[in-house]
Amino acid sequence: MIEFTNFRHNPLVDPAVHVWGWEIPVYLFLGGLVAGLMIIAGVRLLIMRPTARQALVCCTIGPLAGLGLLSLGMLALFLDLSHKFHVWRLYLAFEPTSPMSWGAWILLFVYPALLANALAHLPEAIPALARRVPVLVKISDYILTRPRLVLGTGLANITIGVALGLYTGILLGTMGARPLWNSAVLGPLFLFSGLSTAAALLHGILVLTTPDGERPEFADFLLSMVARWTQARPLDNRIAPTLAQADNSFLTIELGLLGLLLIGHLTSTAVHQQAAGLLLNGPYAAVFWVFVIGLGILIPLFLQHLELLHRIRHTIAPPILVLCGGLILRFVLVAAGQASHWSAALP
Amino acid sequence: MNALSRRRFLKLTAATIVAAGAAGRATRAFAAGSAPDGAGGVRQVPTFCDLCFWKCGALASVRNGRLWKIEGNPVDPLCRGRLCPRGTGGIGAHTDPDRLRAPLIRTHERGEEKWQEVTWDEAFDYIAGRMKKIAAEHGPESMGMFAHGIGGTFLKHTLKAYGAVNVAAPSYAQCRGPREVGFRLTFGDDIGSPERTDIENTDCLVLIGSHLGENMHNTQVQEFATAVGRGASLIVVDPRFSVAASKAKFYLPIKPGTDLALLLAWMHVLVTEKLYDAEYVAKYGFGFEQFAASLTTCTPEWAFAETGIEPDTIRATAREMARHRPATLVHPGRHSNWNGDDTQRSRAIALLNALLGSWGRKGGFYQPSSMDVPAYPYPAYPKAGRPNVDNPGRKYPFANEAISTGIRDATISGKPYSIKGWMVYATNLLNALPNQDETIRAIQQLDLLVVVDVIPSEIAGWADVVLPESVYLERFDDLNPEYFKQPFLALRQPVVESPHDQKPNWWIAKKLAEKLGLGAYYPWRDIEEYLDHRVTAAGLSYAELKQKGIIVGPRQPNYFDEGAPAEFDTPSKKIEFYSLQLEKAGFDPVPRYTPPVAGPAGSFRLLFGRAPMHSFSRTQSNRLLSDLMSENVVWLNSTAAARLGLKSDDFVRLRNQDGVVSNRIKVKATERIRPDCVYMVHGFGHTSRGLRHAFGKGASDAQLITRYRTDPLMGGTGMNVNFVTVEPDV
Amino acid sequence: MSRYIMAIDTRRCVGCMDCVVACKTENHIPEGYTRDWITETVRGSFPTPSLEIRTERCNHCANPPCVSCCPTGASHIHERGGVVLVNQDECIGCKACLAACPYDARYIHPDGYADKCTFCIHRVEKGQLPACVSVCPTRCMHFGDADDPFSEVSQLLASRPSHTLLPEAGTKPRIYYLT
Repeated sequence: MIEFTNFRHNPLVDPAVHVWGWEIPVYLFLGGLVAGLMIIAGVRLLIMRPTARQALVCCTIGPLAGLGLLSLGMLALFLDLSHKFHVWRLYLAFEPTSPMSWGAWILLFVYPALLANALAHLPEAIPALARRVPVLVKISDYILTRPRLVLGTGLANITIGVALGLYTGILLGTMGARPLWNSAVLGPLFLFSGLSTAAALLHGILVLTTPDGERPEFADFLLSMVARWTQARPLDNRIAPTLAQADNSFLTIELGLLGLLLIGHLTSTAVHQQAAGLLLNGPYAAVFWVFVIGLGILIPLFLQHLELLHRIRHTIAPPILVLCGGLILRFVLVAAGQASHWSAALP
Repeated sequence: MNALSRRRFLKLTAATIVAAGAAGRATRAFAAGSAPDGAGGVRQVPTFCDLCFWKCGALASVRNGRLWKIEGNPVDPLCRGRLCPRGTGGIGAHTDPDRLRAPLIRTHERGEEKWQEVTWDEAFDYIAGRMKKIAAEHGPESMGMFAHGIGGTFLKHTLKAYGAVNVAAPSYAQCRGPREVGFRLTFGDDIGSPERTDIENTDCLVLIGSHLGENMHNTQVQEFATAVGRGASLIVVDPRFSVAASKAKFYLPIKPGTDLALLLAWMHVLVTEKLYDAEYVAKYGFGFEQFAASLTTCTPEWAFAETGIEPDTIRATAREMARHRPATLVHPGRHSNWNGDDTQRSRAIALLNALLGSWGRKGGFYQPSSMDVPAYPYPAYPKAGRPNVDNPGRKYPFANEAISTGIRDATISGKPYSIKGWMVYATNLLNALPNQDETIRAIQQLDLLVVVDVIPSEIAGWADVVLPESVYLERFDDLNPEYFKQPFLALRQPVVESPHDQKPNWWIAKKLAEKLGLGAYYPWRDIEEYLDHRVTAAGLSYAELKQKGIIVGPRQPNYFDEGAPAEFDTPSKKIEFYSLQLEKAGFDPVPRYTPPVAGPAGSFRLLFGRAPMHSFSRTQSNRLLSDLMSENVVWLNSTAAARLGLKSDDFVRLRNQDGVVSNRIKVKATERIRPDCVYMVHGFGHTSRGLRHAFGKGASDAQLITRYRTDPLMGGTGMNVNFVTVEPDV
Repeated sequence: MSRYIMAIDTRRCVGCMDCVVACKTENHIPEGYTRDWITETVRGSFPTPSLEIRTERCNHCANPPCVSCCPTGASHIHERGGVVLVNQDECIGCKACLAACPYDARYIHPDGYADKCTFCIHRVEKGQLPACVSVCPTRCMHFGDADDPFSEVSQLLASRPSHTLLPEAGTKPRIYYLT
């Protein structure tokens, strides 16, 4: 039995570190989501056939949404800074050992890549807009008539997306002081969580944009209310199953990675075991098991599996669960990570 | 700087501050002793500290006109260039936003803390009017005074000039009195303050309830660390595993209130095993045989039943003390009012030291000396018409200072004559004296209660007039010709100006004297004239003192073998192992143990002590120090806590045997205390609303000390006789 | 080259917090914040517990995670003595360094930047000791150059057992506690 008394009482640090509130989890979630959108968009752009309009949502609406979501994420990030007016200092330096520095520079490349991806097929995806802004057609033509540019755009989105997704996890993973985060698994975990949330978002958009006549009969009542504005949009009947399938793969991988993270910690030092305990049976266990594992992964996995077996219709329930699960995963890991500590291992 | 300009300067300053409506951050260097502004606009002023009574030499740095930091004065023999946390945090006393700012006169009932701000002149008129009335109706002896610290000198002078005789310091009957009497009865001399303990040279230090390190008496703690660093043997006796205990070779977790049994058993071992310093005892001792004979039954086995300390441990520690004698120091402690038998306990400590031959020996008790600084030649005080009230009929025959609680008793009872006025200087009587009800009852008998202080203490809350004093960094005080291992003379001088309408106590005392028509007692126009006169009379240079802050005198012999006189001012002129004067007065000539009275079942004995960063209840609003410790906690043995379903940081309330319930306080469930007592740091749980920062933080031990047992020898109030139960605060 | 370290004698330390208040005045630390602090560790049970009191602060690690995670280079290793410092102007207040420090030695100054112990480099460069060391009434703190084998700290570490805090965190801390 150890009686430890620390007479320090610094704000944000004592009695337990809590330097990051809601802003960082929101940013990490949105960053991961955008990373997923980029990868899916890049892939769709590369394998898109001219007639395959079903992919337009993936490689156009996704990136457009990504631009907005990323901006929201960066706003959250900015709000978290306590020395805000010095933020430009990020771009006076590149610190190779700092994931945050990497992130700052990666974010600079995300915007043009996303934009290029969105512009490639924008006239096809949103004809009404293209009619009003003819230059969009010219840009689209400019890109699509240059296969190497298309290839470059697709690869850039995939590469930057992977980097962005990994970085959101690595950012925490390099914090050796917080045992719960201190795992390389966090990079791929956040990447695949980002992919699953991106697939879920696109899946959700597709479900929502299904025209009345083709909408599943027992679709969620919410759908009928929000779907009207998209009635003119053509539905790709095959993308929804594809996205649900992809989402299930990502969720499965995510579940595996979470398992690896915990196994890694449980087989590591006392402090890491204690850190894993925070999630497994500690103060964060309820949220972790119910909202992250249960509602965030297992239930959507099951529902989408039934969807793919044509047992049930596609609804936005699984996408919403996956999105919420992804967000809560970031909240739980950021909070529990800060609560995990080396000195917890005092003999 | 002549007197007029100084006085006008203060006036001007006050006016400027009022006009500016802002805290005065005066940039002018006005203390002549200060070094000129150096690099970065920094100047240093030597002075001495007032955060406690130790009076360490300090160097205060002012940067760009703002008080920056305070460091120890390297030439000061007390602090050796290093202050304690309170001294270092003295800046917070100056900047404390809760300070008293202007003189106040009460407008509502006493204790309601409602006042009207008045000018100094109005305040003096009010006080002088009441004092004259008291003198006329009851005689000037009916004006009493309580003071703590060197700052009270001038007010005492004014009161004595007025004819007051009942002047007491709670530091006697509530703190170190029993110790002084116990040692005086044995060696014919007091321990004094700073204690004459030669800790730095000791080879074996025995602490009995004395928590050096938590009790931050600078020199002692420095020497304690030196001794520990040297590997000196340390024996700590304490119901609580104190910081000192953690460094001890032997820790004796004694049952509270049984120290005397342990002391007698130790002496028994030393005597029966012939381990004592026979040569020393033979040379200097008186009545050793009778003393030795009285110890025969005090075996370690007997003491074990009382103290809970294993006989083997008692023997081993006694032998350890003997092995290192005469450089074995059984520390006399300081706050020694515990159980009402404290003088005899202290006398037992003195006797143990006598057996070890440590008095007058290196590593034991040294012979202090001071510089000869003549007093200022004042006119004689008026002759008292009546004797003091505090000790009527020499009820406490061995009291050699005024008993503060005796004045309180007389104020309540009006016997032997009534006390109608109190002047209270820098002592928070409500927290210093046991049983707050009695203090309040006494206050209700008064026609006048004046409190002079720097912060709105609890006692200030009951005052008719509150006078805001400048803190030590803003004022001159009387000289400190310290009685220490190395004699020295220290000066307190202002570093910065007072931020509001606070005034130095010498100015307050002089002005009040003038209002009372006692101006003749202040022949000097200005404090510096007074200081200069005294320093010059001592054959020293006032200019040098101002510049250095401290003048160190030649070292006198500290030990018998260096030539310090082995003289004992006792009736026998020897170390009195057997005290005929005690016997004659009807007391035990050799200390005799009586078991402590147990508390109600399920209760814990309430113990209290100090924290290194706070002084009494005077520093909790100092923001620098409250940042280190803003509330106290109640120490509760882990097992006892578990039994009560409590864990650390749970809030509880303490209820004492008389039903008094404390403010809520956090539990510290710990392995560092016995299961039969609880411990808390004194000075918290403030109830004065003026102390905005400290109000309601932690709990007050003073509030729970409703009972006290008076020492029959000298009137000290033993306060460790209260018991509490611990109740969860829901 | 020099490598500044502290060697702190836990046997002498009484936990009085003079170091804490000295730092606060010397460096104008705002109320409610601190760059150094006291901890107490009690092991065992009554009546034979043990107590270690430590004065703690930034460990000025040789492998400082707060420096490697800083995105702007505001957290850096000073050329003199390897002291870990923060350049206030470069700091954006991202708090990564706070999260990265296993000792929780940093805090966000009310002005927004990350702040922590500097080993009083401004004093050291003038030949003075850090404020905390210079005031300690127990003289339990020693500051000096570990690269100088004749320095007091080197001699102390060579002659007495010592430990550092959380060496397993891999930061190579440079405050040594003599036991």
